[in-house]
Amino acid sequence: MSGPNGFKVVAPGLLTTVQDLGRPGFQSIGVTESGAVDSYALRLGNWLLLNTEDAAALEVSLLGPTLQALRTTAVCVTGADLGACLNDEPLPLWAAVKVVPGDRISFSGPRRGCRAYLCVAGGFDVPPVMGSRSTDLLGRLGGLDGRALRAGDLLPVGRPSRPTAALAGRRVPDPFVPDYPDELTARVVLGPQDDFFTPAGIQALLTGTYTISPQSNRMGSRLDGPAVEHSRGADIISDGMPLGGIQVPPSGQPIVLLQGRQTMGGYTKVATVISPDVGRIGQLCPGDRVRFTAVSVGDAHRIARAEWAHLDQARRTLLTLPDPGTAPAPVEPQPAAPAPGGQPTAAPVAPAAGVHQLRVRLAGREFAVTVEEA
Amino acid sequence: MRLLPCGDRAVVAEFGDAVDPAINARVRAFAYSLQQMSHGGVLQVTPTYRSALVEYDPLTLDWDTLTALLHEADRRTTTLRLPAPRRVRVPVCYGGEFGPDLESVCEHTGLSQDQVIARHAGAEYLVYCVGFAAGFPYMGGLDPALVTPRLPAPRTKVPAGAVGIGGQQTGVYPMELPGGWRLIGRSPMRLFDAGRQEPCLLQSGDLVTFVPIDAAEYERVAAAVATGGYAVERA
Repeated sequence: MSGPNGFKVVAPGLLTTVQDLGRPGFQSIGVTESGAVDSYALRLGNWLLLNTEDAAALEVSLLGPTLQALRTTAVCVTGADLGACLNDEPLPLWAAVKVVPGDRISFSGPRRGCRAYLCVAGGFDVPPVMGSRSTDLLGRLGGLDGRALRAGDLLPVGRPSRPTAALAGRRVPDPFVPDYPDELTARVVLGPQDDFFTPAGIQALLTGTYTISPQSNRMGSRLDGPAVEHSRGADIISDGMPLGGIQVPPSGQPIVLLQGRQTMGGYTKVATVISPDVGRIGQLCPGDRVRFTAVSVGDAHRIARAEWAHLDQARRTLLTLPDPGTAPAPVEPQPAAPAPGGQPTAAPVAPAAGVHQLRVRLAGREFAVTVEEA
Repeated sequence: MRLLPCGDRAVVAEFGDAVDPAINARVRAFAYSLQQMSHGGVLQVTPTYRSALVEYDPLTLDWDTLTALLHEADRRTTTLRLPAPRRVRVPVCYGGEFGPDLESVCEHTGLSQDQVIARHAGAEYLVYCVGFAAGFPYMGGLDPALVTPRLPAPRTKVPAGAVGIGGQQTGVYPMELPGGWRLIGRSPMRLFDAGRQEPCLLQSGDLVTFVPIDAAEYERVAAAVATGGYAVERA
């Protein structure tokens, strides 16, 4: 059973799909993981609207759709800057905005990043399939009959947790808004099949600059650059395909596997992009550049923990933002503390003992992180 | 068992480098053993031909704890009682409009249609793993006399239920997909249906036999499948 229709699709855009945090757990029966490529942007948009983090949003790729609002509600666009507009006026990103029936949301074109997330209070309420509303374009599951949006589609929305007036005007504080650079260095762990490559091939991967190919899609970011040379062929007995795996077909041109990948494949994987950097690669546009640097598994785990702490900090901050119209949200040095007049909701944060502040530098950005003792 | 890291959230546990029922049995035993241990940090185990992809939560499992856990799961396979393999009978209507490439398989193999059907339906196939597409079984056990190369140009659409031969492999398309296998028949069964209690008919380790049926039986079973009234024959 779906909620009432919230939007009508006037024009579908290049590739607009319903996505949530994906459909994990069915890889052993061949079902693609799916889900938002930039899960950070999806989560923050949902928290800002006081949705559950796995509420479904529209993943908008490069050239966005035009939608007509059918109800009064709050929306929030996070992720890439694709020129979001409300009635042809620029729509602030990372901010909850009220829409009323007849309003038009459109996108004027990509400026920074590749994928934007249009979140709505209550989430897009298409029927869940195997526990997820994500669109699996390969398996034709979830979303709207397993396909991208089409003109004329009606998009049902779920029940918001709060009235629109309590949501509109909320804004993600700047320290939690990523920049979407057109060039980045992604960290990788070598393997699982690095022993299928020559030392020169691995050297090429770790020193070369790769350009995102226009053939990229939700299955993978295809790269053009120095060939990664195999030592004993590109084919292996088909095995599991991890998120972020860097698959190298006979051409030597790598493919970084994203959320829409198949579950099994028969090409060697020279290295695997660590999880915090996969979404960043997925935000690179055709023509953007990426380099790779190798880290150990232990380093990758430390980075993943710091990223998780940053994400948790974002969650606490967004769920305890003051009501719109009152004082701006405190961000540093103690963003976790509820502001006076704030409305703690799903996860109220009690000022706790054993709270440590630290600053973390990741991908050239510096974050304030609060770590609490268990 | 070799452990090959895949970034910060996954590792491949590899048991050999061949398509071999014994190696695959070790993979399945390991996957089962690990699942029986029910460690909260193990998020998903995907068994394939000769390895298993283990996804884990790096917030609860560091590398040393993870590898100790995986070795323990492997050790326990020696004493673990594995569930008996399921035997599944898959009805197939061979030839004609159901199997447009049966004639070309006959030409390549030098066998008559009846001989191809008898050999294809006379074998028992091991489902090594399920992947590539939802519910797609990678099966082994094709009679060497039936080996036929793929079509020179793949079809853009192969219907759900199509049964084909591609090189040394045979299988059933779980849904409409592009594909280059030679289609020798079609099953009215649906290997994958996301709306079913058990979406996927086959799982790794299953033993499959194909049962020849005629067009009238195909229509009868297809109608029963469509209304959810078809009981899969398992032994």
